[in-house]
Amino acid sequence: MYQYDSYDQAMVDARVEEFRDQARRRLEGKLTEDQFKPLRLMNGLYLQLHAYMLRVAVPYGTLNSLQMEALADIAEKYDRGYGHFTTRQNIQYNWIKLEDAADILADLSRVEMHAIQTSGNCIRNISSDHFAGAAADEVVDPRPYAELLRQWSSFHPEFTYLPRKFKIAVIASEKDRAAMRLHDIGIRIIRNDAGEIGAQFYVGGGMGRTPMIAPLVRDFVPLDQLITYAEACLRVYNRYGRRDNKYKARIKILVHELGAAEYTRQVEEEFAHMLSVGVEPPREELARIATYFADPAFVDGPKTLDRSDPDFALWVTRNTHRHKHDAYVSAVISLKPVGGIPGDATADQMRVVAKLARDYSFDELRVMHTQNLLLPHVRIADLHAVWSALDEAGLGAPNMDTIEDIIACPGLDYCSLANARSIPLAQRISERFAQAGRTELVGELKLKISGCINACGHHHAGHIGILGVDKKGTENYQLSLGGSEAEDVSLAKITGPGFDEDGVIAAVEKVTDVYLASRTDGERFLDTYRRIGMEPFKEALYG
Amino acid sequence: MKILTGNDLRSGAVTWWNGTGWSLFVDDAVDVGDEAEEILARETAARRVNVPYAIEATIDAAGHVRPAHIKDRVRALGPTVRRDLAVPTADKTGWDWVI
Repeated sequence: MYQYDSYDQAMVDARVEEFRDQARRRLEGKLTEDQFKPLRLMNGLYLQLHAYMLRVAVPYGTLNSLQMEALADIAEKYDRGYGHFTTRQNIQYNWIKLEDAADILADLSRVEMHAIQTSGNCIRNISSDHFAGAAADEVVDPRPYAELLRQWSSFHPEFTYLPRKFKIAVIASEKDRAAMRLHDIGIRIIRNDAGEIGAQFYVGGGMGRTPMIAPLVRDFVPLDQLITYAEACLRVYNRYGRRDNKYKARIKILVHELGAAEYTRQVEEEFAHMLSVGVEPPREELARIATYFADPAFVDGPKTLDRSDPDFALWVTRNTHRHKHDAYVSAVISLKPVGGIPGDATADQMRVVAKLARDYSFDELRVMHTQNLLLPHVRIADLHAVWSALDEAGLGAPNMDTIEDIIACPGLDYCSLANARSIPLAQRISERFAQAGRTELVGELKLKISGCINACGHHHAGHIGILGVDKKGTENYQLSLGGSEAEDVSLAKITGPGFDEDGVIAAVEKVTDVYLASRTDGERFLDTYRRIGMEPFKEALYG
Repeated sequence: MKILTGNDLRSGAVTWWNGTGWSLFVDDAVDVGDEAEEILARETAARRVNVPYAIEATIDAAGHVRPAHIKDRVRALGPTVRRDLAVPTADKTGWDWVI
């Protein structure tokens, strides 16, 4: 994985000391909160319901054991012994003290991490396919390009004050495991009919209060023009994005209002100009970055395993993914124990995961946007040992992509923007289905819960989505069906009037009943919904 | 009753105006009546608290203060899903009224 050079390290260290001085002045009363707020947000420090919250970037979800151990140490030393992995492949700490914040950033810098650009109207952490570099179906490893984009977008002076925040995802497979078309820019690296590698650009997707699927703006950008094209996309947005209205300021609104064709025309015009200016980094820089993402030294080994232990066999079936080397798999570490808090991991669990990565996965880990972790390269021969250690640490839940594998934002339990709690719903739904033995019966079902319209829990893209709203001071939940953030991307539709907490849990059961009664062989919940439509579900809920 | 709340500058912890300073315990909150704006202006200027604001609340027969809005009730006790991390309170019925 990428390692900082002297420029990277100097930039991050300088920012730590700059923030240390800013925090000191705030604590001494020399800065008002109005003056300090944009400064702390630029360093990922929010003020949430109960305390300051620090969001730490995990670039494209990739980190090593040393970094995971540092995250564990921070959880223990400065927080309350745990961290929360997010839908943008980051980690958040919920109980941070302002007086500790600069020391935490210094600790992060020592392991080549930071919290820069995890807030504010700038280009946020670049996200990617969690199986990048391991997946059997990828054209290339997308992470060198994600890293190039990270370096280009870090402290980019022109894009520090965009109309709104800006999120970019990069993938390199037909399968979309990064919600690519629900990003401001989604980049898919492809191989064309001539065998050349290039990038498709999808621009103007997003969730939030106005969910939109990004249209294709360019079907092939040569990779030695990748940054130039991204810059052109940003420049048009920066010039014409709605700065007068926060709710209309995202690029999706601009693309929608201009129309994809007109936006594309303007981007192409800007692109031609930018090509003449010459902003593309030298090819040598991409080549330098790519060397950090070379395959580890895979070795041949057994390609089959003993599945006589049914618990292990179920975990293998559910939580492992085909690897490009046939003696390996990628192993998903579920942070969704039945009744648990989605995405939370204790410091001790982080250390277990770090050790497993060091011992069994070439020192490499991934944070998944589904709020799970991943060991990308595990020998099939080592899989039982890995599972045993995970299971002992409470990390062995065999539930990837099932109804227990719920994405849930922090909701009203932590977040100052939330209108309703998300986590208790996730806990109760996973318990309800697990205890009834229905998880396996229902199969693949992606349920996503957001505690407010900002949609951090991706409810628009859930096969079943739940949105928490404030109804006269009480929690109320809207149910929606039919969303997907994968390659078959679609936006979920609201079923009808909302429910209270008990009611929405019963409603989830009812819609799965409809699915089970209606499905044909091999159909997922989403497939059945698409075939039979909304009416049978509405009838069961409200009829 | 009208009470004042904010977050401690140093720790970010939720605090409540007790008449002379800022307490971690909602039960210490006092009714500020029509003095809310004056106290908020003074305390903000003194920079002893972060983003303070006034809220409606009730007080029960046992003297326990209950913020009117669900968000402030959650702030008063802590995350409902991590009661082990809750703010210590003398009100043993706290979790019964927060939601």
